[in-house]
Amino acid sequence: MNETGLDRQEETFLLRLYVAGQTPKCIRAFENLKRLCDEHLAGRYQIEMIDLLHNPTLARGDQIVAVPTLVRRLPEPMKRIIGDLSNTERVLVGLDLRVTTP
Amino acid sequence: MPMDPLSLDYLPKSPTGIQGLDEITDGGFPKGRPTLICGGPGSGKTLLGLSFLLNGARLFGEKGVLLTFEQSVRELSQDIASLGFDLPAMIAENLVIVDHVHLERNEVEETGEYDLEALFIRLADAIDSIGATRVVLDTIEALFAGLSNESILRGELRRLFRWLKARGLTAVVTAERGEAELTRHGLEEYVSDAVILLDHRVQDQISTRRLRIVKYRGSSHGTNEYPFLIDQTGISVLPVTSLGLQHGASAERISSGVDFLDAMLGGRGFYRGSTVFVSGGAGSGKTSLAAKYAEAACARGERCIYFMFEESPQQLLRNMRSIGIDLQPWLERGLLKFHADRPSRFGLESHLAAMYASIRAFSPSSVVVDPVTNLIAVGTILDVRAMLTRIIDDLKNQGVTAFFTSLEEVDGESDMGVSSLMDTWIALRTETRGRERHRGLTVIKSRGMAHSNREEEFVLSDTGVNLAARDAETMLGAGR
Repeated sequence: MNETGLDRQEETFLLRLYVAGQTPKCIRAFENLKRLCDEHLAGRYQIEMIDLLHNPTLARGDQIVAVPTLVRRLPEPMKRIIGDLSNTERVLVGLDLRVTTP
Repeated sequence: MPMDPLSLDYLPKSPTGIQGLDEITDGGFPKGRPTLICGGPGSGKTLLGLSFLLNGARLFGEKGVLLTFEQSVRELSQDIASLGFDLPAMIAENLVIVDHVHLERNEVEETGEYDLEALFIRLADAIDSIGATRVVLDTIEALFAGLSNESILRGELRRLFRWLKARGLTAVVTAERGEAELTRHGLEEYVSDAVILLDHRVQDQISTRRLRIVKYRGSSHGTNEYPFLIDQTGISVLPVTSLGLQHGASAERISSGVDFLDAMLGGRGFYRGSTVFVSGGAGSGKTSLAAKYAEAACARGERCIYFMFEESPQQLLRNMRSIGIDLQPWLERGLLKFHADRPSRFGLESHLAAMYASIRAFSPSSVVVDPVTNLIAVGTILDVRAMLTRIIDDLKNQGVTAFFTSLEEVDGESDMGVSSLMDTWIALRTETRGRERHRGLTVIKSRGMAHSNREEEFVLSDTGVNLAARDAETMLGAGR
């Protein structure tokens, strides 16, 4: 394990998942995210669900175009991943959890 | 219950408030439907869309929402300020909402299925918060650059346009011009009610903007390419020849400013609202007659606009002073306005547009163009003729008297075929007899009045334009 990996162990991930109602895509995205976090970020993540149908102004404020959209608010820099998060590998890369150099 | 057949035929329109565009679209864009505006970079798509939106709020009580994918609110505010709109103030007054959709492909990871519901929610929230009825999407195809899944995107765009229609929103969608298709991403497939094409070309180093209505389902519309101009008064589109010969004919007579010429024209001068054409060679006195006419118009307390394509205003003022015509006071009193341009500065269409804009802004009762022939430098004789036809039509509709001068290389020839458009044609010529040059004036025609058929000799002196003393010594043809 390299230094980056070690640092990552200390950080708490603050994640926001933007959805629009209980659509299959959105439910799938939440389930995929929960599973992935439990596997890779056990005990150091928070998921906040934002339903844009209830908070429409946040779509503009947070520059959301697609749903579902996952935003990593912490650690910085902010990262965005759109889609139902079905490709675990890509989500891990997107969240900077996959160390690309072994 | 049977439907009123008229309600089927009638396609409601949303006026754009853009000078000329509402005429050629027979009232504006289709109400409650999307209109596609496509064109190359810098062709004026954004400004046209924005003008539609802001005019809606300012003139027609229709609030608007702009989704901008490329420019920020600040950039847009700066651009549109040059057309006389205060965007930040309109936003503050809740007349419009501008939402800048920022999308960078390299900042976003895509995995699995998604849709653009968030964009719909964003748009709906903005629309509902102010009760907007007009929407501009500029340019929605930026989504193709920001998102990689094209099949999702296409499905969502189709849904978006259905959604806009279902909500009865009058939408304008801008798109980049494509090579093979009308737009780069084939947006015309989704927006098929009305399609407008903008074009900005440079030919012989002269730039011209043109607008064409490619399609307008369910409505009559002009099919030509129309020149348009973007200047500090906004966008103006110039309809080609107007609806027909419907202009009224005034019986009122106005002075030409030259006593002997008035006498030759049945003693009372030109008809108000008529078109006067003065042709002649170099130094035959065309500009002097034009200046006399302008002076007389101002002296009646009327406004006159003077387009000069040959001299600068200072030159004209100085030269005319030498024959006793002082136009300076009229300039100062705001009755006279000079508009000087080098013909090659713009294309012919832009000249026409600039002239229209000036005429509209000044609303004169007389217009002088001196000389129209210089416009040939920027267009063919055919183009100039077409342009003159438009100007004349427009001026006649407004009851404005037009005074054109035309430089002729050979006396009596090359009238550009426009003399038939003119109500009064005055030909000037010079003749050298002995060691003296003599100027002669003939009224070739003057519709609707008995006019002199004589050629009169006249002189330019510090007292103006006067008939030469008619004695045997100086009479034309008498020689010395």
